[in-house]
Amino acid sequence: MPEANIKISAGRLIDPRKQIDDLLDLYIADGRIAAIGAAPDGFSADIELDASGLVVIPGLIDLCARLREPGQEHKASIDSECQAAAAGGITTLCCPPDTDPVIDTPAVVELIRHRTQQAGAARVVTLGALTRGLRGEQLSEMAALQQAGCVGVSNALKPLASTLVERRAFEYAATFGLTVFLYADDAALSANGCIHEGQLSTRLGLPGIPQAAETVAVARDLALIQQTGVRAHFCRLTTQHAVRMVARAQFDGVPVSADVAIPHLYLSELDTIEFGADYHFIPPLRTQEDREGLRKGLISGTLSALCSDHQPHEPDAKLAPFPATEPGASGLDSLLSLTLKLVEEHQNLLPDAIARVTSGPARILNIPYGDLAVGRAADICIFAPDESWRLDEASMNSQGKNTPFRGWEMPGRVRYTLRDGQIIFTGETS
Amino acid sequence: MSVSNLQIRKDGRLRHFLSTEGLNRGLLTEILDTAESFAGVTEQSVKKVPLLRGKTIVNLFFEASTRTRTTFELAAKRLSADVLNINIGASATVKGETLLDTLRNLQAMHVDMFVVRHADSGTAHFIARHVLPHVSVINAGDGRHAHPTQAMLDMFTIRREKGADFGRLSVAIVGDIANSRVARSQIHALNLLNTGDVRIIAPRTLIPSHIESLGVRVFHDLREGLRDADVVIMLRLQRERMKGTVIPSEHEYYQLYGLTEEKLSMARPDITVMHPGPINRGVEMDSQVADGPRSVILQQVTYGIAVRMAVMSMAMQQKHSQDGDA
Repeated sequence: MPEANIKISAGRLIDPRKQIDDLLDLYIADGRIAAIGAAPDGFSADIELDASGLVVIPGLIDLCARLREPGQEHKASIDSECQAAAAGGITTLCCPPDTDPVIDTPAVVELIRHRTQQAGAARVVTLGALTRGLRGEQLSEMAALQQAGCVGVSNALKPLASTLVERRAFEYAATFGLTVFLYADDAALSANGCIHEGQLSTRLGLPGIPQAAETVAVARDLALIQQTGVRAHFCRLTTQHAVRMVARAQFDGVPVSADVAIPHLYLSELDTIEFGADYHFIPPLRTQEDREGLRKGLISGTLSALCSDHQPHEPDAKLAPFPATEPGASGLDSLLSLTLKLVEEHQNLLPDAIARVTSGPARILNIPYGDLAVGRAADICIFAPDESWRLDEASMNSQGKNTPFRGWEMPGRVRYTLRDGQIIFTGETS
Repeated sequence: MSVSNLQIRKDGRLRHFLSTEGLNRGLLTEILDTAESFAGVTEQSVKKVPLLRGKTIVNLFFEASTRTRTTFELAAKRLSADVLNINIGASATVKGETLLDTLRNLQAMHVDMFVVRHADSGTAHFIARHVLPHVSVINAGDGRHAHPTQAMLDMFTIRREKGADFGRLSVAIVGDIANSRVARSQIHALNLLNTGDVRIIAPRTLIPSHIESLGVRVFHDLREGLRDADVVIMLRLQRERMKGTVIPSEHEYYQLYGLTEEKLSMARPDITVMHPGPINRGVEMDSQVADGPRSVILQQVTYGIAVRMAVMSMAMQQKHSQDGDA
């Protein structure tokens, strides 16, 4: 019922972009935010959601979520993950192009859109492939991908054949005002590594990925960003040194942004001591110093977004010797809670943290969501800040149950999620 | 569950032998003492003891091996166990059956022990976490991580040559530390046995980062590193590494790190020369040194059988109760 008029009453309403943090009512009509504070003329609510004691924020935007469809439906589906996102207060998911087939034709974009609409939960925006088949050699048809709805282009985790291909790809993307989403990795340096190169890789005899694999790539990419003037975004940085390099470039006026994945803010290489496959990440968990550097970068705003880097797997994907396991963790269920936990640990302001999962990613993706402006699509997350829950297989909604946070006590529980003014999730009240 | 808990039973006895790291001096000494008692057996004309009669041991090798597999097989047979050798190319599991399925199928045949070699670091730990409570796992080499029975036969050799007081010894390990599971296991074992001075000698390209954290002193000059050493262990340098970005040439490696009589003169005159084999003669060491009076390379192989008998019998000791993972 898209036309339902909804009143969300008496909640603590936080909109980081508009710097609102107050007890205010919010009114929704025609799927959009109609007013904040006083009701618009002639408004009568079909549904009233009592948000007293709850926090009302823009729906979360997750910059990187693998939905596993098309191509790996044994791990998850667009339906399962869009529902899980809704349950986690997330209203927009950004899907990178490394699906199978790769998102390098409008047909794949269309398929994902169709399946997302069928799911009727969170919205999905897509990144198109930077090169055909992500093979790093030939440019993709970026204009066609943009027309089909891609909000940016990326080569996902795949390397480009040369700096010349990179330069041309940047120039071509800049032609259409497309943002390039970069995974900073020098493929020759990271080679077949599966863990941060350091104390633990030496101890466990696992092939390491040096910090320089990231910083060399950041330096190279920054030079080409400056050369071409393309708008660029570094995805999921892992080293404090790379954060400093990006901060310096931003200071110099280079059009570049960056984000960090949640696991890298809580875990480090030391967590892999027992060959635990749940701690297998690419890019890898780094040192404790890096973890602190990433947290600082997030607080200072150099890293303007926080993503789940959601990678759901079937159980077998993690049941093998460490190097043979598939990297990544299922993260949609814990994105909001682990963001709130940062507020606790740093005595940070809640609005600043919320910005990293709402207005921050919206600006990076250049999409009209992530705030509570009047006239905006009504994407809203309402959560109980004082309730906590325990992360385990039963409490996870994602089809992938692979997580290093199993057993953690999670602050904040989602009560309602609305996308385009539709209630797409209603949580249990306790 | 910590690695040490995985290897050691609640009562302190050995459950699995996955890595020398995480064990304790007492257990390592027990392995050496037990091996000493078996060393006599292997020299008798009837080389069998009935300790593991009725037990089934599977040598599960996902990586080629001649010496290690053979000595494990001989060790098991001398303990009167039934032995099954299974050689699976590492690719076989990739093609179809998962490692866990292979394991479950074998367990269904009532196996009592797995001796495992695999190209991936952490494989023995992975298997140990998933076997039935009565099954023990011996690591016969996993990736670059560990090769604990090799390290223990090296400790056994050192003890036979130099006596039980490791505290007064300087032991130098030379060569491809970065890619060597043997070196890692040796370093942990030497440190657990309180060795006075553990040195590694190699160019920077063959030394992994943070190696000092394992408790070693690093040298890049062979002569300097050998000064007054009591034991030198030469590691095998795989030939494919010698024409890449790691070492410029066999020639230069031999010039700088090849063990010759002349370089040995830096060490103590009674230095013991060891090598886990197989040797690249004229690369890691001169034939004159390999076959010389200070070399104990062939003794190492012989001792390998006794040490593996010791480890197998300790892990399979009649249990007082069916205690599983601690």
